Amino acid sequence: MNRFFAFIRKEFLHILRDKRTLLIMFGLPVVQVVLFGFAITTEIRDASISILDLSKDHVTRKISNKILSTGYFKLDKYLDHEGEIEQAFKEGKVKEVIVFGRNFATEFESGNARIQLIADATDPNTGTTLINYTSAIILDFTRGEYPEAGMFQPVALESRMWYNPELKSVYYFIPGVITIILMIVSTMLTSISLTREKELGTMEVLLASPMKPVQVIIAKVIPYMILSFINAVIILIMGKTIFGLPMEGSMTLLLGETLLFIIVALSLGVLISTRVATQQVALMISLFALMLPTILLSGFIFPVENMPLILQLIANVIPAKWFVIILKDIMLKGSDITIIWKETLIMVLFCVVFIAASVRNYKVRLE
Amino acid sequence: MSEAVIQVENLTKKFDDFYAVNNISFEVGRGEVFGFLGANGAGKTTAMKMLCGLLAPTSGKAMVAGFNVFGQQNEIKKNIGYMSQRFSLYEDLTVIENITFYGGIYGLTNVEIKERANRLIEMHGLGEVKNHLLVSLPLGWKQKLAFSVALIHRPRIVFLDEPTGGVDPITRRQFWESIYEAAHSGITLFVTTHYMDEAEYCDRISMMVDGEIKGLGTPAQLKHLHRAKNMDEVFVNLARKKEFIE
Repeated sequence: MNRFFAFIRKEFLHILRDKRTLLIMFGLPVVQVVLFGFAITTEIRDASISILDLSKDHVTRKISNKILSTGYFKLDKYLDHEGEIEQAFKEGKVKEVIVFGRNFATEFESGNARIQLIADATDPNTGTTLINYTSAIILDFTRGEYPEAGMFQPVALESRMWYNPELKSVYYFIPGVITIILMIVSTMLTSISLTREKELGTMEVLLASPMKPVQVIIAKVIPYMILSFINAVIILIMGKTIFGLPMEGSMTLLLGETLLFIIVALSLGVLISTRVATQQVALMISLFALMLPTILLSGFIFPVENMPLILQLIANVIPAKWFVIILKDIMLKGSDITIIWKETLIMVLFCVVFIAASVRNYKVRLE
Repeated sequence: MSEAVIQVENLTKKFDDFYAVNNISFEVGRGEVFGFLGANGAGKTTAMKMLCGLLAPTSGKAMVAGFNVFGQQNEIKKNIGYMSQRFSLYEDLTVIENITFYGGIYGLTNVEIKERANRLIEMHGLGEVKNHLLVSLPLGWKQKLAFSVALIHRPRIVFLDEPTGGVDPITRRQFWESIYEAAHSGITLFVTTHYMDEAEYCDRISMMVDGEIKGLGTPAQLKHLHRAKNMDEVFVNLARKKEFIE
């Protein structure tokens, strides 16, 4: 046991003396959370719009005020004629133009009023979202003015956004960020630190010592496991305090699953290190061959369900995909183990496969 | 020769159908400085790894420090020291941290580590720099320290894999002095090198060519046998497969 501690102590010394490792380990999470939490957002807030009011009566004014008072929209200016619409879009100042038809108030009484919503669809998602928000506000207004009008509608549609009623993007970015960070710290840093021993020639010395190879690897991996876990907790606390991230499910289960994912990532890092000889190659593999698929195919930013079948199949072998599902289920839906047992089992399987492959590679090298 | 601490008989290592080490046999006695020579790729590193328990032999017999390389590798590892051709200490750790680490992985107690570290630091006059990072020390010091660290658990045999690669002649000379010192205290030294002048410093040497031992004896014996002025000529003769020996 003394041997083990001597080793772990040395490993911590390496980490603490290497500014770059420290930066990756503790700077990156903060930057990513802030970046994804504040900067990259898919919510609508203060979207610039213009209004072309051809009627200028009390009803159009009421509707305009209601739209502008929601906080989702901000008025760029009132347009005077239709010719200005295209100009406004081309200047890139506005994302949406609302056009009220002539004699709006009169037509409104008779039920023939017309509003045209034009959105800039160069960014299709934002365009769709703007149109949906505006329609909802107008519909709400009509219902308020004419409650009986609802009776004429053949279907009364009532939608609710469950688990994230305000559609806050930070709710699904935080689980993604935790996943990415753990992947970077655990896989990249362990594969680099193991290949560094190979490159320096110290690995041979370690193997010539009475420490068994498996002890060497476990001792090298434990500090990264501890630090990754601390990292995950920091991100969770940041999510909770800064962004008000909900925590519906069991904290113990969440931390347990996090530890499982860390072990998956660590064993992947060990596997990489058994196959490569230099730190540079280890870095390249963990950065490009792992990070990109992890970001793109984990369902963190782009929904996997909308991808072509072949990519959906590939996504299944990305461990991060399953961890993102588990995190969202526990944090947002409050799921327990009876619901996420399948995903958990898949992660255990990844772990077994990575470790078995590492052991095999290792034996081949020794024979 | 005094009692043998390394006994090798028909040791062979085969990779697919290539014989990296082909049927080698030799003995090394206690307190001997044994030079293990050969060109790059001649099989000396492979042979040494088998003796250190790092690589499983294909066939043959070998006993190291009284333990069998088949199955008793762990016992062997406890009784040997190893210093690789590249740096075997950590540059981002201090002198004392390096000593503590290696003492720790060889299972020494904290008291033992402290006592041996102090003596080692005193012996090499490292007192002033014991808390300095290794990277700041001159190469010669690092090398001496690496050697002392390989001796920290008091092994019976120390394997040195090209210990003087890339070192200036004066430092090399000093390094060999520490090797003799260790040999006088009864430690056996197994040294690989391709500096032929260093071969002269060894009590006995073996020369490997293409996986086989082509020459074995004291430097004087080999020179006489090959009618050579120096070890360089012996080596060239052997490498050309002019088999004077036997």
